[in-house]
Amino acid sequence: MHMLETRFLLNGAPVSLTDVPPTRTLLDWLREDRALTGTKEGCNEGDCGACTVMVSDAAGSRALNACLLFVPQLHGKAVRTVEGLAAADGTLHPLQEAMIAHHGSQCGFCTPGVTMALACAQAQGRRDHDDVLAGNLCRCTGYAPIIRAAEAAASAPRPAWITADRKALSSPFILGEILPGGTGGAGSPPGFRPTNSDALADWYAAHPDATLIAGATDVGLWVTKQLRDPGPVAFLAGVEDLRHIETRGKVIGVGACVTIETLRRAMEDVHPSLAELLRRFASLQVREAATIGGNIANGSPIGDTPPALIALGATLHLRRGDDMRSLPLEDFFLDYGRQDRRPGEFVAAVTFPAEAPGLRCYKLSKRFDQDISAVCGGFNLTVADGRIAEARIAFGGMAGVPKRAAAVEAALTGQPWAEATLHAALPAFDEDFTPLSDMRASAGYRLRAAQNMLIRYWHDRAGASVDVLQVQP
Amino acid sequence: MSVAKPLPHDAAPLHVTGQARYIDDIPTPAGTLHLAFGLSERAHAKVTALDLAAVCAAPGVVAVIGPEDLDPMPDCSPSAHDEPLLAGAEVYYAGQPMFLVVAKSHLAARKAARMARVSYADLPAILTIDDAMAAGSRFEGGPVIWRNGDAEAAIAAAPHRLEGVIEIGGQEHFYLEGQAALALPQEGGDMVVHSSTQHPTEVQHKVAEALGLPMNAVRVEVRRMGGGFGGKESQGNALAVACAVAARATGRPCKMRYDRDDDMMITGKRHAFRISYRVGHDAEGRILGVDFVQMAQCGWSQDLSLPVCDRAMLHADNAYLIPDMRIESHRLRTNTQSATAFRGFGGPQGMLGIERVLDHVAHAVGREPLEVRRVNFYAETGGQPPDPRSISAKMKEQMTPYRMPVEDFILHRLTARLEESAEYRTRRAKVAEWNAGNPILKRGIALTPVKFGISFTLTWLNQAGALVHVYQDGSVHLNHGGTEMGQGLFQKVAQVAAKGFGIDVARVKITATDTGKVPNTSATAASSGSDLNGMAVKAACDTIRGRLAEFLAERHQMRPEDVVFAAGRAAVGGADYAFEEVIAMAYQARVSLSATGFYATPKVTWDRARGQGRPFYYFAYGAAVTEVVIDTLTGENRILRCDIVHDAGTSLNPAIDIGQIEGGYVQGAGWLTTEELVWDGAGRLRTHAPSTYKIPACSDRPRVFNVALWDGENREETIYRSKAVGEPPFMLAISAFLALSDAVAACGDGSIYPALDAPATPERVLAAIARVRDV
Repeated sequence: MHMLETRFLLNGAPVSLTDVPPTRTLLDWLREDRALTGTKEGCNEGDCGACTVMVSDAAGSRALNACLLFVPQLHGKAVRTVEGLAAADGTLHPLQEAMIAHHGSQCGFCTPGVTMALACAQAQGRRDHDDVLAGNLCRCTGYAPIIRAAEAAASAPRPAWITADRKALSSPFILGEILPGGTGGAGSPPGFRPTNSDALADWYAAHPDATLIAGATDVGLWVTKQLRDPGPVAFLAGVEDLRHIETRGKVIGVGACVTIETLRRAMEDVHPSLAELLRRFASLQVREAATIGGNIANGSPIGDTPPALIALGATLHLRRGDDMRSLPLEDFFLDYGRQDRRPGEFVAAVTFPAEAPGLRCYKLSKRFDQDISAVCGGFNLTVADGRIAEARIAFGGMAGVPKRAAAVEAALTGQPWAEATLHAALPAFDEDFTPLSDMRASAGYRLRAAQNMLIRYWHDRAGASVDVLQVQP
Repeated sequence: MSVAKPLPHDAAPLHVTGQARYIDDIPTPAGTLHLAFGLSERAHAKVTALDLAAVCAAPGVVAVIGPEDLDPMPDCSPSAHDEPLLAGAEVYYAGQPMFLVVAKSHLAARKAARMARVSYADLPAILTIDDAMAAGSRFEGGPVIWRNGDAEAAIAAAPHRLEGVIEIGGQEHFYLEGQAALALPQEGGDMVVHSSTQHPTEVQHKVAEALGLPMNAVRVEVRRMGGGFGGKESQGNALAVACAVAARATGRPCKMRYDRDDDMMITGKRHAFRISYRVGHDAEGRILGVDFVQMAQCGWSQDLSLPVCDRAMLHADNAYLIPDMRIESHRLRTNTQSATAFRGFGGPQGMLGIERVLDHVAHAVGREPLEVRRVNFYAETGGQPPDPRSISAKMKEQMTPYRMPVEDFILHRLTARLEESAEYRTRRAKVAEWNAGNPILKRGIALTPVKFGISFTLTWLNQAGALVHVYQDGSVHLNHGGTEMGQGLFQKVAQVAAKGFGIDVARVKITATDTGKVPNTSATAASSGSDLNGMAVKAACDTIRGRLAEFLAERHQMRPEDVVFAAGRAAVGGADYAFEEVIAMAYQARVSLSATGFYATPKVTWDRARGQGRPFYYFAYGAAVTEVVIDTLTGENRILRCDIVHDAGTSLNPAIDIGQIEGGYVQGAGWLTTEELVWDGAGRLRTHAPSTYKIPACSDRPRVFNVALWDGENREETIYRSKAVGEPPFMLAISAFLALSDAVAACGDGSIYPALDAPATPERVLAAIARVRDV
C-alpha cells in the first residue's frame, strides 16, 4: 500500500510528508522532527493552549491545539507556529510587540500559545479576548497584562504573510490531486481522507473497526493520554457534504462535521441560550476543531450539546453504506458507553426545530470557561393559555447517558405555568435521576443543583437576574 | 538610574518569538535517551511481585531500572533522607515511582512504563487529616506548641467567646512547564545536569550523592523555569537523580520530563490544612486570646513540611496584636503525595486561619469587619526607624506571638488609602442595597490585610553569592545564585548591576544559573530572590567599581570617591570617559575586572524549638478589597472587582512588581475558589490534569482590577530599600474568599455564620447558603 501523503505550508514553506504515522500529533512532529520548540507542551490534552498554532485555509484562520491535531489533518492548510509569527525580516508581529511592552509574559511558557491565539483573533478581527483566551492557561500573570497587550494590538495592521499564506493555498502544490488514503510508514495503520460522505460510507462499511476522526479533540486523547493505537483511521474534516447548516421551513439541519464554533455562531440569533452554552463549550481552540457529530457520537454522559438538543427535540440521522435512518436523539444513548450505532454506521446529521423561545441551557462547572459540566441542563417548556403544554427537559452529568427527565416532565405537563408548579415537580427528580459522586461534584449537589436549575428557569423566563456572568462590577 | 524603572522582562523578546529555551527545548546530543517512571497504583501496600518483563520487551526500551538494581537506593529528599528514588518492598502513595524506564523516545518510555505486572498486598492507608489524627500518624514526636501569654486564661476571662473550624484545601502548582531534567555524562564520570529547578545546589548535592561523587564533579545549570511557585524547590530532585543514574548506567545523555498527569500524580502540592480556633473577645471585637489548632496534611515524606508548618504558625497573627495566643501544630503523615513548598509556604493557611477568626468575630459582635480589624491591628510604626528620643520609641515594644518586635507596621495608613481609593464604604452600602433587590443573586465585599515575614526561617539559608565579569568591550556578564522562574529576578538584578556601573541595562547579560559559577546557593524561594541576590550582585559590582574608581583617581590625582559613574560614562577631575574606555584602560593597566559578591541578611535569629526570635528581617504589607457575586441556586460565583494597595518598598521595577501582585492575587483566588484536589476512597488523586483541576482562566480575573504600589521605602537596608514581592500578594486573595463568605451571609437572617470552607466551589458555597438559611 502506498503512503498517505500530507501537503501543507509550514511558516510559509511547503511541506510534503509521507512517512509520518497518521496519529502523530503536530506538536510532537514540530518539536521532535522539526526542532521547532517554540510550540510548547503544557498538558498534551488540549486544556492549556501552550501548543496553540494558527491553521489557515480557504475558510480563514483558526487557532488550534497542536497536541490534538494529527498530521494528516493538516493537508491543504497553512500552519503558522510562533517561529513564523514575525515577518521574514524579523519585524515582530504587533501582538509580540504589545506582549513585551505590556509585560504580558513572565515565565514565558504559555506565551507562544497565548501570542498565537491572540494573533489569530487579531487576524479575524475578534476582540472578545476572554473567550479567545479561555483555552490558554497562564499561571503567572493573572491575565491582566495579557489583555492589555491584546487590546493594544487589536487594531494594528495584519502581517503581510497572512495574505501570502492564503495565496499559496491555491498553489498547485497544495491543490494538486493526491490519493485519499494510504499508510503512514512501517507498522502504522492506514489512514483515509474522504472528501464526500459517499466515499466515507463505502470505506467505513468496509472498515467497520476503523476510528473516525473529525476534530480529534477526543480521539487525540486516546493517543496522547491513553496511549492507545486507534487502528485504521478516517479523517472527516474534508467531507464537504457533512458541513452544512441549513434551515428548511421550521427545521434546522446540521451536518455532523460542522464545528462547534461554526454552530455557535449560527445559533446566536436562532437559539441564543444554546449559543451561550456553546460559548462555554471547551475553548475556542477545541470548538474550532470539535464537531457536533463527534460530540454526539462519542456518547459521553457529560457532552454539552446532547441535553440542549434533546430538550429541543432533535432528531439524529445515521448512515451505513447507503442505508440511512433517523431516531430521536435521546434514543441514541442506550447506556453508559453504549449507543444505538451499528458497526460501519456513522452520524451524518442532526435536525432540530428552528423555533424554541422557551429553550434555556444551563451549564454548571467549577470554572466557567473551558470546564466539563458537573450538571448540564436543557429546558424547553412550551406554555399555552397559562398552562405547560409541553415539557422537554434533559440533563447531562446526572446519569450514565444524557437523559430526559421524564418524571419531571410528566409532573409539569398540563399544569399551570406558575412557580408553585415547578416546586411541586422537584420531588420527581428523585424518580428520574440517581447521579454519582465524582471529582466534579457530589451526587447530592448534582441533584439539588439540577432541581434548582428548574427554579432558575422560572425566574429566568420571568426576566429576573439569574446569571452571575451578567452581573457588572 | 536603572533601578525603579518599569522595564520589560529581559527574556520577553525570546518568550514571544518562541526562542526562550526550557529544558525540553535544549538540543540534545545524538543518542539521548528518554525516561519515564512506572507508578504505584496503590496508596499503601506491600509489593509482592514486580514483573518488569513486558516493560523490558516493549518497543524502544533500552533499559529498565528497578529497585533491585540500585544499591544503595538514591535519595531525593531535601530534608530527612526519606524519599528513595524508587519504592522498594512497600509503596506509600498512589503515584509513587516504582521503576524507571529508559527508552529511545519519550512516548516509548511512557508506553512501556504502563506494562509492568505488579502484585500488591494492601495495607491500611491513612488518607485524610481525620485518619492521621486518629492514628497519631505524624512527623516529629507530637504536635509543636508555641505559646505567648496564657490563651486559656484570656479566653476564659473574655466577655465573649466563640469557636469554629475551617477546612483549607491544598493546591497544585500547575507550573505550565512540567518537571524536566537532562543529564549529560562527562569525562571521568562527571555529570552536567540541566534541571528545571529552583534549587540548583540541592540538585547538585542529590545527584552527587546518588553517583557517589563529590559535589565538584557535578555541575547543574538552569537558565529558566516555565513557572515554579515552590513546586520546583525539591520536586525536581527525582528527575535529575533519575537522569544521572540512567546516564551513568547507559553512558548516554538522559532526559526526563513528566507528562502532565504523571507530574500531578507524582509531585507534592500545597498542604491542606484544617484549622480550629477558640477565641475570646470583647464587645468591640477586640481579640483577647486565641487558641489555634493547625492540622496539616503533609503526605508520605517529610520534604519541607516542618518549615512550612512553622511558617503557618508564624502567620497566625497576620496583622493583629493578640495578647495571648497558643498554637498547636500537627504535622500529619498520610499516604498521599508529599506536600511541599508553594508560594507563601504555609503562610497563606496560617493567615487564612486568623482572617477567618476576624470575620467570625465581626459577625458575632455585629460590627463592620474592617473596623474590627482596625481595633486589632498592630500599632502604626511607620516606615522609618523611630526617633530614639520620641515618646513612641519609649513605649513598650509591640511583639508578635513569637516575640519579634513589629517596627515597620504601616497597615493603618495603607488600609485607609485603599478604603478610600476602592470606595469601600460606599460600595459596601451599595452591595447591601443591591442584595435587597435581588432574590437569586447576592453580592459580597471584603477588605483583608497582609503582613508577611521576609526571610528564610532556617537562618543560614539567608545568604547569596554573585559573580560579575566586565569584559574588555565594557559589556557586563552577571551570574548569581538565584533562578529565573518568570518572576523577573534576572531583570531586577540586571538593573541593580547597571546602576552599580552607571550604565544602560542593555549592556548587562545574565546567563544561566550555574553551580560552577556561584556555589552553595539557597533555593530561590521565600520571596528572597532579589533581596539576597540583588545585594550580592551589588557587592560584586561595588568591588569592581571601586577598583575602577581607584585606578581613575590615581591617574587624575583625585580621590576614588570623586569618580562618578553615570549615564554610561565615568567623570573624574574634569575628565569624562565612556564606560568602555575606562574598561579598556583598566584592562591594559592590569586591573581585575571580575569579582564575586556575597550577602548575608543581617539581624535574623530564630530559636525554632522555643518558637522565639526574629525569624524575619522585615515584613511586607498589602491589602485588598474584593467584591463578588454568588448564585443562591447553584453556588456559582464570580469575582467582580478587586482593588489592591501593596507594599514593595522602593520598587526595583514597578512593572514586574505589579505583575507579581496581579498574578499572585489570581493564583491565590484560584486556590480559594475553583482549584479543588480530589482523592478517591482508595487514595488516588482524581484531579490530575487541567481537564479536572481548574486553575483560573482568563475570564476569572476580576473584571475591574486596580493595583497600586504603596509609596514608602523599606526601613531596613535592603537592596535600594525595596521589599520582596513574590509571595505576599498571594494572600491578598483571602479578600475574595471572605467576600464570598459575606455574600453567603447575606442569604440568611444574619444569625448564623457561614463558616465557608476552601476552596469555595459552587458546591461549598451552596452548602454554606443552606447553613445560614438553616435548611
